[in-house]
Amino acid sequence: MGIGYAVNKLIQTIATIFFVLTFNFLLFRILPGNPFALLFRGPGFSRALVNQLNAQFGLDQPLWLQYLKYLQNTLIGNFGISYTYRVPVLSILVPRLLNTVILLLTATAISLVVGIAMGLVSAWRRGGKTDFAFSTSTLLLYSMPTFWLGLILLFVGVIYFGLPVSGMISLNGELTNPFALSSIVDLSRHMVLPCLTLVLGLTGEYVLIMKGALLDVFTEDYMLTAKAKGISNSKLLRDHALRNAALPMTTLIAINIGLAVGGAIQTETIFSWPGIGLLTYQALLTRDYPVLQGCFLVVAIAVILMNFLADLLYGYLDPRIRTG
Amino acid sequence: MSSQLTTSRWRIYRRSWTGLWRKFARNRLGVIGLGLLVFFVLMALFGPFTAPYDPTSSSADILKPPSALHLLGTNEVGQDILSQVLYGAQASLIVGFAAAAISAVVGSLVGLIAGYYQGYAGDLLMRVTDVFLVLPALPLMVVLGAILGPTLFSIVIAIGLVGWTGTARLVRSQTLSVKQLAFVESSRASGARDYYIIFSHVVPNVIPVIFAQTVLVIANSILSAAVLTFLGLGNPSTITWGQMLEFAFTSGAVTSAWWYVMSPGLCIMLVVLSFSLVGYSLDEIFNPRTRKV
Repeated sequence: MGIGYAVNKLIQTIATIFFVLTFNFLLFRILPGNPFALLFRGPGFSRALVNQLNAQFGLDQPLWLQYLKYLQNTLIGNFGISYTYRVPVLSILVPRLLNTVILLLTATAISLVVGIAMGLVSAWRRGGKTDFAFSTSTLLLYSMPTFWLGLILLFVGVIYFGLPVSGMISLNGELTNPFALSSIVDLSRHMVLPCLTLVLGLTGEYVLIMKGALLDVFTEDYMLTAKAKGISNSKLLRDHALRNAALPMTTLIAINIGLAVGGAIQTETIFSWPGIGLLTYQALLTRDYPVLQGCFLVVAIAVILMNFLADLLYGYLDPRIRTG
Repeated sequence: MSSQLTTSRWRIYRRSWTGLWRKFARNRLGVIGLGLLVFFVLMALFGPFTAPYDPTSSSADILKPPSALHLLGTNEVGQDILSQVLYGAQASLIVGFAAAAISAVVGSLVGLIAGYYQGYAGDLLMRVTDVFLVLPALPLMVVLGAILGPTLFSIVIAIGLVGWTGTARLVRSQTLSVKQLAFVESSRASGARDYYIIFSHVVPNVIPVIFAQTVLVIANSILSAAVLTFLGLGNPSTITWGQMLEFAFTSGAVTSAWWYVMSPGLCIMLVVLSFSLVGYSLDEIFNPRTRKV
């Protein structure tokens, strides 16, 4: 039954997370030249702070003990101290993560709707002019680096539309009530350009997936049967094609979450959107290794969990998977 | 006798090459892609000789729009952008090729072993592949690149070590199907060893698929290299298109000098497009899964 499938996926997910944790541990410790010296002896850290970190992470102890301490610390959210901000990494990560989720969710939702619609039209009128136009623009958008797209939109947005191009809120208008209409309008104005960049960067992939999934469904015998029964085109699409095409969509959307995160790093960097992506960029510039490590860990685990959810959804939607 | 053999073999090769070209020429987009690709390879080879200026010498013409003197304008320290674009082709392409080569080798080895030796070893390899497939690629490359330091070499390693999963899965599925073919079985029945079967039966049948896939991986690698360089992981003294865009962004010239942003970005886009078009076209010819019946 369904339980076996879910448990199986859960075990896989936990194994993957363990792999990431181990990878993270080894990467920042085993590599020549810059092991934990970099992680725990930030420039300008006081002797007392270094001693405290040494004790917390057991740096004078053998590697396997360090590994256990690392797992323990990670589990309770202790990712070390940031070099630049001099505060625990977690306290920087959490608000940034929230900002990224706001941006990514909005952009993904929009590009999903647009992508599904475009893929549908492309598949239905396969070989037609619209299909050609969609396929070409998809291919061109796919070949563009997302950050370049962002740079162009930044230029156009600032010169021709006077849109804000930096941050989430205007600095002059002090934020009194985040739920007031004026703050929401302000936030939306700030979101236009980064969101548009992400949507343009992501939609192409969804169009291709949707078109491919639908074309596969169109060749199935039951589609011919349904057509022969004489049901209307819209009903054929809605009840037969879309339902079956939704299955491969769920897994592929999950795989694309990783891609979306990559796009977010570039977009946030260009529009100074204070999320995890911008934090990664800033940590790279200042060589703030604890923050960099924390960003990677949080993003990787988030993506792994989203994949787990997508697997569960897939199992729920397709009974063949659950029992098989 | 031996010369006769080589002649006939040469004929077979020549026939298969012309046959391949005939199939390839049928796909208009693939041919367009190949044309673009040849253009950029020529640019990488001869760009430095055709550049009108020394790309590193600065002048008093700061952020000047395109003119007869500077066809693509100048940057924030007065360097000629056309010369930089021409010089930048080389490193941009080499990074893509090198990273894709690493991906091809790692992916093929993992795929061959996982496909040929089904059992614990194969299972374990596929699990590792699945883990890499789930992990977000760009953050992984960023972390690897940051640890290895800001050089072109570390960018190559970071991209190569992340981009092999697609190839591995493809090679594995191809190996599985080749393994079941009758002639492989009869070869095994007549006492052929594993390495003989792998290298004289499996590999020759899988290589075309690896080739098509690797052309696509080159496209992705060039794109990733540009992104990593833009995020500050490149070597600032090597001219690449990604590096030019990084300077355009960090110097704050993006909001005033469109010519500074357009030309390197267009080059990246077109070169990625060319490899993608050629790759898809080859994939259609070589990969039975995507071949149209």
